[in-house]
Amino acid sequence: MSDNDFFLVGDPIRDEKAPEGPINERWDKRRFSAKLVNPANRRKLSVIIVGTGLAGASAAATLGEAGYNVTSFCYQDSPRRAHSIAAQGGINAAKNYRNDGDSIYRLFYDTVKGGDFRSRESNVYRLAQTSVEIIDQCVAQGVPFAREYGGLLDNRSFGGVQVSRTFYARGQTGQQLLIGAYQALERQVAAGSVKMNTRHEMLEVIVVDGRARGIIARDMVTGEIETHFADAVVLATGGYGNVFFLSTNAMGCNVTASWRAHRKGALFANPCYTQIHPTCIPVSGDYQSKLTLMSESLRNDGRIWVPKAHGDTRDPRQIPEDERDYYLERIYPSFGNLVPRDIASRAAKNVCDEGRGVGPGGLGVYLDFAAAIERMGRDAVEAKYGNLFDMYQRITGENPYEVPMRIYPAVHYTMGGLWVDYDLQSSIPGLFVTGEANFSDHGANRLGASALMQGLADGYFVLPNTINDYLASGPFEGIDESHPEAVAAKEQVTSRIDKLLSIQGSRTVDSFHKELGHIMWEYCGMERSEEGLTKAIELIRALRAEFWRDVKVLGTNDELNQALEKAGRVADFLELGELMCIDALHRRESCGGHFRAESQTEDGEALRHDDEFAYVAAWAFGGDDSKPVLHKENLEYEYVEMKQRSYK
Amino acid sequence: MNITLRVWRQKGPDDEGRLATYKLTDVSPDMSFLEMLDVLNEKLTLENEEPVAFDHDCREGICGACGVVIDGEAHGPERTTTCQLHMRSFKDGDTITVEPWRAKAFPVVKDLVVDRGAFDRIIQAGGYISAPTGTAPDAHANPIPKPDADRAFDAATCIGCGACVAACPNASSMLFTAAKVTHLGMLPQGQPERASRVVQMINQQDEEDFGGCTNIGECAAVCPKGIPLDTISQLNRDLLGSLSKGVG
Amino acid sequence: MAVTGAILVLYLIAHMYGNLKIFSGQEAFDGYAHSLRELGYPMLPESGFLWIFRVVLLASVLIHAYAAVMLWRRANKARPAAQRYQVKKKVDRTYASYTMRYGGVLIALFVVFHILHLTTNDIAPGGASDSPYERLVNGFQPEFWYVTLFYVLSVIAVGLHLRHGIWSALATLGANRSSRQGKLNAVAVGIALIVTVGFLLPPLAVTFGLVS
Repeated sequence: MSDNDFFLVGDPIRDEKAPEGPINERWDKRRFSAKLVNPANRRKLSVIIVGTGLAGASAAATLGEAGYNVTSFCYQDSPRRAHSIAAQGGINAAKNYRNDGDSIYRLFYDTVKGGDFRSRESNVYRLAQTSVEIIDQCVAQGVPFAREYGGLLDNRSFGGVQVSRTFYARGQTGQQLLIGAYQALERQVAAGSVKMNTRHEMLEVIVVDGRARGIIARDMVTGEIETHFADAVVLATGGYGNVFFLSTNAMGCNVTASWRAHRKGALFANPCYTQIHPTCIPVSGDYQSKLTLMSESLRNDGRIWVPKAHGDTRDPRQIPEDERDYYLERIYPSFGNLVPRDIASRAAKNVCDEGRGVGPGGLGVYLDFAAAIERMGRDAVEAKYGNLFDMYQRITGENPYEVPMRIYPAVHYTMGGLWVDYDLQSSIPGLFVTGEANFSDHGANRLGASALMQGLADGYFVLPNTINDYLASGPFEGIDESHPEAVAAKEQVTSRIDKLLSIQGSRTVDSFHKELGHIMWEYCGMERSEEGLTKAIELIRALRAEFWRDVKVLGTNDELNQALEKAGRVADFLELGELMCIDALHRRESCGGHFRAESQTEDGEALRHDDEFAYVAAWAFGGDDSKPVLHKENLEYEYVEMKQRSYK
Repeated sequence: MNITLRVWRQKGPDDEGRLATYKLTDVSPDMSFLEMLDVLNEKLTLENEEPVAFDHDCREGICGACGVVIDGEAHGPERTTTCQLHMRSFKDGDTITVEPWRAKAFPVVKDLVVDRGAFDRIIQAGGYISAPTGTAPDAHANPIPKPDADRAFDAATCIGCGACVAACPNASSMLFTAAKVTHLGMLPQGQPERASRVVQMINQQDEEDFGGCTNIGECAAVCPKGIPLDTISQLNRDLLGSLSKGVG
Repeated sequence: MAVTGAILVLYLIAHMYGNLKIFSGQEAFDGYAHSLRELGYPMLPESGFLWIFRVVLLASVLIHAYAAVMLWRRANKARPAAQRYQVKKKVDRTYASYTMRYGGVLIALFVVFHILHLTTNDIAPGGASDSPYERLVNGFQPEFWYVTLFYVLSVIAVGLHLRHGIWSALATLGANRSSRQGKLNAVAVGIALIVTVGFLLPPLAVTFGLVS
């Protein structure tokens, strides 16, 4: 078999907007070379922004403040519910308030290395530069970051870095940042510069003369299929982790907006880069609908272990010390329980695959605080982790002060996304992509506390300084609903909905989604192999065919119909899943969140092949019955030397 | 576990609505309440009955999307969100009544789904600090005493779920508004707009047809985030201050 | 609501103080009642202060009642009859908080009766008299047990009204902090209890023959 059974190779691409020169001057250069829009003309220019998470709400607020005519969409009942709200840990910024040797350069370096050398240096450097302004902006909005007794901001170290650069608001940093952005957005709604459409789902992008000119959205309450036009469209629609059904994402998170854009010509980059978070509460039964993350900080004091013997079902407290395997401490003596996320996750999978997992189905490992309680005292443990312990107890019904917690890895974040240039513009002119929905900054693995940073950098500071270069050549030719492209896009949406409602088969939407999730988790999860991925592609194709033959969606389009909403999303996941497997199959190396069984060192660590794979894999949609086309964007490292990671 | 559910079914805002009774067998005590509703919906779908519509998203207690009244209590018997309530809080053989939030300001969209847009409009009326992007001074320009920052944080944890309104005998949104007024009012950045903020937000709240606050305290008692009742006193102090300055 | 309520509470406390003079005998009680008419005299005409006081009280009662009706109407509008819960459980609220509206109406009716009985003496169970002391003693004789019963129930309604009302007024006026929430509630319970007992003692003392 050759990979080309599954895809075609197209011409290489490059980021035409990326400025050259010293890395610390590139963002200045780009801002200077970008065309500006006279404030008086901004009112005549319209921008559609889909999604109201950190990347969407901040962009909508900022572009509204600048005077553009913004229309914003979200599928939730309020923009404040976007899933950025669930981020717990914190947000990185190179403030060096601790005087501990941090700098923009160090944040840049850590992020490039953490991304396992699969991200763009220019983008990452800009991200690190912008991080400083984000904190200032958020504080000015009233985000209540943690403070010390002197009244200054507190920092902590997070995700295995050696400096304290993470700003946080207890375990609810994402919530506080999102509320800040949401309030800024609502201020613009009140000012009339942003029009907010809640409970609206984007189902198609309208491309006219090669430019993104609008979207088709469904009013989820009335079912009305609406056509909206603008001079530019921004997708801030988040990641696609829900392709696995079980993930830490919100139930509604979906790939539809990105996927519809992809089908209209936007390249999809590195779809196989998935981050699996090691400390989640394990699955307890078939009914499980989502996985809950337990903050990574638990690994600072908890010890991870499994029984040495296979199938040992004794009460963990009865298992003597010498019959326990503290496998992370054993394999990685210098980092121990604090190894990066991808390594901790895969190690847990390995011990469970050996049959030493604990809890229902043997899919779990112990995270034990007995030693910490003995060393620090129960009160100190409670002060530090009390809220997490409570959450664990609420969900599992077990008391973690007495019985070790059980944890298991879960899909958490997707580094891949729509391909964008330095301006955050996709391969469709006028279609911009921000936040987790794009692929740009994290490479093959994202460091802790960097997702919030990227979402806000894109929305507050990057996009508002680059979109003007595009809009300066607008306003574009006026079009209305009778334009053939608008009519065609609307027709695509309505016929798809009609089709979904007309099948009236025998299986529910969720049953398909769960089955897809099982396939993805099994073959395109923590460890991937040629054999498994090939099999997964076959299974997904068969499942997709069955879906379109046998799905059962009740009700009509003219009402709130949650099954219909889900059906459309699952239909798109069924296409994305295949592309993820193809991407994973073609990348015959291990890097970051992508581990290929065939590419590992002698002692089982991830092995990159920089000579062959130091590129961004940007996929073009080939058509429903044709293969996707791979375009490679070469990655060059001028500042950070490419090295193999080691945590031994 | 076997559970009998009495679920509010309402086709749309103009429908009268009624309680429908469903029986579920094999409910696991480890299921969340919403997962139990998922199981119900799978069953209904296969029986050709339309599934029950309910709002939910993050299912980890932070987005504020979910929320139903369970046996007469907003979010049910535990002090948490509906998504974090588990079936182990119920007994085998229980009959559980599930209703939507009920308030004129929260019209029912369908079944258990209500429209909470009124909360967004209260925020639009003044629940923000005007700090256009790019205008901020350094984050350390304004030290904030830790107690103030902590109190602001406690109030800022509001998730806007609407349980306070659902539980209030007057269907008042005072705790929601007070949480925001307190959050922003505790911070130096929030001072310039403090006097007008409270007046504008209260006016909007009245315009949305929420009831008046009579300090009964059910709001704070059901709040899944433990927003303290004293935020309402804080709001009243701010309001008295504003009125005495002639604002509003 | 809070301000007028506070005026009325202060008035009630003074009123209770006066009532308790009954235990000092007829002379003291009647003398006290008479002295109220002389307050401020000769700066003010006879009974002048009393009338100013009555006007303030009446205005407070009317404003208080008006605000209550407005709140009640708003609550009904905010959750109309068609949107009532099929099942509703109390979580943390006090029993007193349930009694505010119906209890308020009962108290209003009682005040009218009370004025007709003991102030204007138009209603005079046991015989009219110019002596306030005698009016009181006549009115609460055991054979008029229904008068006493109505009085007792009304005073309990007042007590419950104060239990929630004092707490609520303090909260509305901005006095509540999480750290003192318990204390404010204790103050409300304390004043409510004192006022209830203080108002119940004189009539019950008459009924049970301790004062004659």
